[in-house]
Amino acid sequence: MARRTPKTRRPGPARAAGLRTPSWVGWLFVAPALAVYAVFVLRPIALTFQYSVYRWDGIGSSTWAGLSNYGKVFTDPDLFATILNAVKLIVFFSLIPVVLGLVIASTIRRIAASRLALAARTVLFLPQVIPLVAAGIAWSWLLSSTGLVNQLLSRIGLGGVTRAWLGDFSTALPAVGVIGAWVLLGLCTILLLSGMSKIDPALYEAARMDGAGPVREFVSITVPSLRQEIGVCVTVTVIAALASFDIVYVATQGGPGNTTMVPGLEIYYLAFSERQVGTASALAVVLMVLVIVVALPIQWLTKDRSS
Amino acid sequence: MSRRIRRWNGAVLTVALGGALAAGCGAPGGDAPQAEATGTSPSSASSAPTCGTAPVTLNGYFETGFPVPKDLADEFTKQHPNVTFNIREDQFAVITQNAPRVLADDPPDLMRLPQVSELVKNNLLKNLDGYAKAFGWDSWPASQLQQMRMVPGGKTRGEGSLYAMGLNFSMTGVFYNKKLAAKIGMSEPPATLAELDDALAKAKSAGVPPIAQFNGGATGGLAFPLQDLMAAYGPPGPINDWIFQKPGATIDTPPNLAATRHLEKWIKAGYFWKDVNAVDYATMMSRFIKGEGLFMFNGDWESGNLDKQMPGDVGFFLMPPEREGGGQAAMSAPLTFGISSRAKNADCAAFFLNWVATDAKAREIGVRVGGSHPMGPADAAMPEVKAGTVTASTLEAGAKIGKDNGAMDFIANATGAIYAKSWTPQLQKLVAGQQTPDGLLKSVQSDYTSQVGGS
Repeated sequence: MARRTPKTRRPGPARAAGLRTPSWVGWLFVAPALAVYAVFVLRPIALTFQYSVYRWDGIGSSTWAGLSNYGKVFTDPDLFATILNAVKLIVFFSLIPVVLGLVIASTIRRIAASRLALAARTVLFLPQVIPLVAAGIAWSWLLSSTGLVNQLLSRIGLGGVTRAWLGDFSTALPAVGVIGAWVLLGLCTILLLSGMSKIDPALYEAARMDGAGPVREFVSITVPSLRQEIGVCVTVTVIAALASFDIVYVATQGGPGNTTMVPGLEIYYLAFSERQVGTASALAVVLMVLVIVVALPIQWLTKDRSS
Repeated sequence: MSRRIRRWNGAVLTVALGGALAAGCGAPGGDAPQAEATGTSPSSASSAPTCGTAPVTLNGYFETGFPVPKDLADEFTKQHPNVTFNIREDQFAVITQNAPRVLADDPPDLMRLPQVSELVKNNLLKNLDGYAKAFGWDSWPASQLQQMRMVPGGKTRGEGSLYAMGLNFSMTGVFYNKKLAAKIGMSEPPATLAELDDALAKAKSAGVPPIAQFNGGATGGLAFPLQDLMAAYGPPGPINDWIFQKPGATIDTPPNLAATRHLEKWIKAGYFWKDVNAVDYATMMSRFIKGEGLFMFNGDWESGNLDKQMPGDVGFFLMPPEREGGGQAAMSAPLTFGISSRAKNADCAAFFLNWVATDAKAREIGVRVGGSHPMGPADAAMPEVKAGTVTASTLEAGAKIGKDNGAMDFIANATGAIYAKSWTPQLQKLVAGQQTPDGLLKSVQSDYTSQVGGS
C-alpha cells in the first residue's frame, strides 16, 4: 500500500522545543478508539465500496461489475423512487419537528416555573425513550382502519375521510412521516429548550422596553440565538429522514405498492432477500454520499460565525 | 525530530487504515463449498443407512412457531435413544436470510429450508439422490418430491436431482365460516366458479364481508385467490413451468389474464375488505376467527388451529373449477428440510427424514400437530382423523389433488425476489385501481425475465 511521502506535507507551525513531549504518547491513547473505529466503521465502509463494484450473491464467487451497479441505482425507477421518498420524508422528519419544536419550546419557556412545563417536557421527550419498533407498532394500531384516529374522526363527523392510513396509496407516506415527526419532535424541543436557557434574559428585557411583543421577541431574539441548536436539530433529523429504516419497516414494510419504500429498507431487501449484494452496496454508497452532501451545507450555514 | 515523528504518525495512520482496507484486495466470496460428484451415495451403498447404535447428536435448525419438527425429534429420540437433537430455532424470515451463511459456516444436519435454487447453485445442500434410491423415495408419487428437484447447476427446478425432503406437504384452498354460510343459504361448498361468484354476491348483499384476505406490507395475500383463479381457468402445468423457470415459460397467458380480470371483478365488486392493503396475515386470521369474513383463501397449516378456535364452524373446499366436474388444482408445497453438504451426520439425518414419512407414530404426529398430509407412498396407512373436522376435509382435498395431478408450487416462489418486488406491489396497485390485469401480468413477467436472465 502506497504511503504518502513526508515531502508532500505542508510544514507545521513551529513549536517551542522545550515543551515537546513525545507525541507518539498521544497516539497511544488514541490507539484503542482508533482501532475500534477502523474495524467497525472504516472497514465496513471500505468493504461496501468494494462490494459495490462486484456482482455477488453473498456466498458464491463474484464477478467484476465496474460501475454498472451505480448505473442501476440511477436508472432503475424503483431504486431511484426510494431516494425521492426519503427526500419527501425530510418535510415530516425535519421541517415539522424543528418548526413546531421552536414554537413549543418558547411556549414551555414562558411557563417554565409551572408544573405543566415539566409534564409537557416529559410527554414530548417520551418518544425518544420508547424503542422505535414499539412506537411503530403502536402507531400502526392507531392508524388502522378501526384504530383510534379513525374512531375520533368518525366521532366528530368526519367519517367520510376515514381509511386505513398506512394501506392507502396517497396517505401511507405522510402517515409514516407523522410517526417520524412524533418521534423527533421531543428531541428537537428539548434541544431548543436547553439552548434558550443560555440566552441572556437582558436581551428580552431590552426588547420589551423597546415595545416588542412575543412574536417579535421570538423572531428577533430567540431564533437567531438558537442558530447552532437549530443546526444540530436539522442535521440530526435530516439524517434520520434519509437513513430511515425501523419506523417504515414496522409500519408498512415499504408498501402499499412501494409507496413508502426508502433507501435503507431497499438496501436491506436487496442484500438479504434478493441477494444482490453489489447493487445493495452501491445504493448504500449513494445514500452515504447523499447524507454527506445534504448535511455539510447545513453545518456550514448554521455555523456560529460571530465567535 | 519533527520529521521523524511525522513519519511515525503517518505510519500509525497507514497501519490503521491499511488494516481497515485490508479486505479490499481480491474479489469477495468464494468460500462456498465446491461441487461434489453428482449422485453422491450414502456411505454404505448396499443397504439403507441408519443412525447406528453409537451416540449421535443431530444439529437441527428449525422454524419458530411450528411445533411439528420438535415433536418429531422428541418421538425419534424416544424410539432411538442413541440419537439426541441439538436444536436452534428462528423465525422463517430469519432462516431465509441466514440460510446460505448458516449452511456454509455452521452446517446443520437438518435444516428448515426456504426456496432451494440459490442454495443448490452454491453447492450448500447435499444431493439426496443416493438416499432416495436406498430408501425407495423414488417410488412415492412424483409430485411430492418434484418441487425439491433441481437440474445440476441450480437453474431449472422441478426435475433432476433431489436436494431436500418434506416432513409433510401442505395444501391450499378456501376455508369458509359455516355459520355465515347458513345465513346466506349456502348449504354446501360451491361446485363451480359461477356458484362461488353467486355466493360472494349473496354475502355482499346480505351485509356479510365476503372474503377475508390480507394484502398489506410486503406480503401480497391476494396471490392466493389469484393463483386459485388461474387454476380454475387453466391447467396447472404451465404455471409450474413458470415457477420452475423452464426456458421460455411465461405467466402472461390468456387463461391467467382471464383469472386476473376475474380477481379485479371481485375487487371492484367490494368482496375484499376496504382496508385489505393494510391487513397482514395475523390480522386476517383474527378477523376470520371473529366471524368477519365468509371465505378465506389459505392453507391447511391453519386446519388444526381453526379446529381448535372455531370447532365445527369451519369448512374447507378446493377452488372449484370453471365448469362442473373439471380438474382441480391447488398450491401444495412440502415442509422442506435439507441436509447441509458439510453435515457431519448426513446418514442419520436422512434416516430421520425417511422415518418421518414411514413410521406410523411419526405420520400421526405430522397430521395431528401439523394438520397436513404426510409424505410417503400413496398406499401408506393414513392416521385416524375425527370426521367433520377441517383437518379431515383438508386431508381429503389432498387426495383429490393427488388424483387430478393438480399440485402447483406457489407463484411467489418463482424467484427469490418475485413476491416482494413484483406480485405484492402489483396486487396492491390492482386493489387501488392503479394497475390493470394486463399491465400486472406484463409487469411481473418483465421482472421475472430480468431476474431469471440476470442472476
